[in-house]
Amino acid sequence: MATEVEETIKRIQAHKGVMGVVIVNHEGIPIKSSLDNATSVLYAGLIGQLTEKARNVVREMDSTNELSFLRVRSRRHEILIAPDREFILIVIQNTSD
Amino acid sequence: MVEKQEKVEITYEYTRRRKGFGRQTLFGDHGPNLCVSIPSNPAMYKNYILRNPVHFGIQNTGTTSEHWVNSVRAEYTSSGMNHIEGGWPKDINTNDPEAMQRYRRKIEKDDAYIHAVMHLGHSMEHNILQNNAVDMYEIYYSELGTIPPVERSSCHTVNVYREPGSNRRPVRSLSWQADGARLASAHADVNFMRNTRSPQCSYIWDIENANAPELIISPPQPLLDLQYNPRDQHILVGGMMNGQVGCWDMRRGSEAVALCPPHIAHRDLASNVLFINSKSGAEFFSSSPDGVVKWWDIRNISEPTDSMIIDPVKTNNDTQSVENALGISALEYEPTIPTRFMVGTETGLVIGGNRKGKTPLEKLPSKYEAHFGPVYALQRNPTFLKNFLTVGDWTARVWSEDCRESSILWTYAHRTKLTDGAWNPIRFSLLLVTQWDGCLSCWDLLRRRSAPIVTAQLCDEPLLRLRPHEGGQLVACGSSLGTIYLPELSQNLGTADKNDKQLLTHILERENKRERILEARMREIRLRMRQDRDGGQQLADNESCVSDKDLEEATTEYLQTVSELHALQQKSQQT
Repeated sequence: MATEVEETIKRIQAHKGVMGVVIVNHEGIPIKSSLDNATSVLYAGLIGQLTEKARNVVREMDSTNELSFLRVRSRRHEILIAPDREFILIVIQNTSD
Repeated sequence: MVEKQEKVEITYEYTRRRKGFGRQTLFGDHGPNLCVSIPSNPAMYKNYILRNPVHFGIQNTGTTSEHWVNSVRAEYTSSGMNHIEGGWPKDINTNDPEAMQRYRRKIEKDDAYIHAVMHLGHSMEHNILQNNAVDMYEIYYSELGTIPPVERSSCHTVNVYREPGSNRRPVRSLSWQADGARLASAHADVNFMRNTRSPQCSYIWDIENANAPELIISPPQPLLDLQYNPRDQHILVGGMMNGQVGCWDMRRGSEAVALCPPHIAHRDLASNVLFINSKSGAEFFSSSPDGVVKWWDIRNISEPTDSMIIDPVKTNNDTQSVENALGISALEYEPTIPTRFMVGTETGLVIGGNRKGKTPLEKLPSKYEAHFGPVYALQRNPTFLKNFLTVGDWTARVWSEDCRESSILWTYAHRTKLTDGAWNPIRFSLLLVTQWDGCLSCWDLLRRRSAPIVTAQLCDEPLLRLRPHEGGQLVACGSSLGTIYLPELSQNLGTADKNDKQLLTHILERENKRERILEARMREIRLRMRQDRDGGQQLADNESCVSDKDLEEATTEYLQTVSELHALQQKSQQT
């Protein structure tokens, strides 16, 4: 099973435009990252907070609803955030082809 | 009785014999006993100083005190947080990379971690691929740039015909000769009192020669309308300011060949004359603001062959009377529909007439509320006979005979008054309109309906009249100073493509359908309002079936087109 995880991550990384993949746990520790430690920790801290906020927004608007995906699109690239109960999968993709 | 000394206690004891009880106590009175007396010693005064003044505050109130406290102000600053290290559990030393690695490995082996990553990875891949497939947020078609229209339409004046002499009188009507080599123009200066200021003439111009008119026509009264006979190119008829109509022959010279007697002429000025289709080719009819339309025969102009009062009445029993008749400002006749004609009134109505009608309702079968002011021009489209053009107030409108409530196409409300309009005989989707500010504007229904495709400023004074040449490229425009401009339209405006007829049919049909649906809806709404007002009488909604059918047709067509386009798009995406 662990190898499947590795394979998935490798596959995601192999897609066109993907600059980095980070998996963060709920405490803000980057479990797996393709970027250097400083950047990963930065992403982990900031995006963790953003995900919490976004989750709260969705929950408050409609209590039966829940956050499924979050995309932050900027000029240079797009940050795709897939939140889970315990972990957060973050992918940074380059959009301007 | 034995009395003892008073003790400190409050009690006083005494004894007595039983038989002595209950006797009245008898108190004695002792005066005060002086115990000590210390007189004052004046010698001691010297040891003391009199204190003067004495400040001593006395107040017989409760004492209060005051003390204030303010909470500590919290100072806020906004700053980013630099995350150096995540939230490691307490027992792991963050400086020890091995311990951190071990912790990480432990989590990676966790079941929850594996499930989470598989699940998240799936949705993440979907979005990544989506991003790669198409850039959703770009500005589409930005690199294409606006393509200028390929067609270049233009209009420039080729000739100007000025009235000879110093008096310049407004052009009242223009008419082309049957084969198009000559132009007849009627000039009249009509002031409010309908008095003529000086003898006024009308001219016949040869379009090649702009220096002088070919023939000067001198009517007894100024001519308001002068029309060539489409069958015989030398005969002209005209309507004059006193209501008379007359006939001129170019070969005979400038005097009228025949004039109708004044007593049977129109009561007001004869503003429009038009030839009708007849076997002899010599019949015409005339109209005037007095509300009567008269038919004449040139050969016997001493009395009209027929006359009709334009008084739209509600039922067949009312007689039409000249008192209630509406003044006529425009007249229309289409040679292919012999017995019908149309009049535009000064009140803005367009009334269709049938010469062969017997009852008043049959004689004036249709009525359209066209404009807010007089209808200045009225013409059927030479190719699409069911549609006609009206020009009045500040708009030009295209109507369809079966839509009674409103026009099917209209131009925007101009800033200046529109004075005349006509269809181009060759390019049937082209509308020509003259404006009060001296512009000629061409509207092409196939190209753009929001604006004219060409606007040419021919002169500074108002343009009053317009008549397109049969060939389709020349347009004669008459102004208020008596000058006639002959602009020529560019090639593309003067010809029609082979698809144009079909396209224009589609456009007109579509607009027609839209108006019909709107009409039916308005009828429904009015019916419902009337029902509510009358107290809820249930009337059968038969009329809604008609509108529903049109509406349903339109909706199914729309949905079909959308799904077809969708399928096409998906197919092109897959390939």
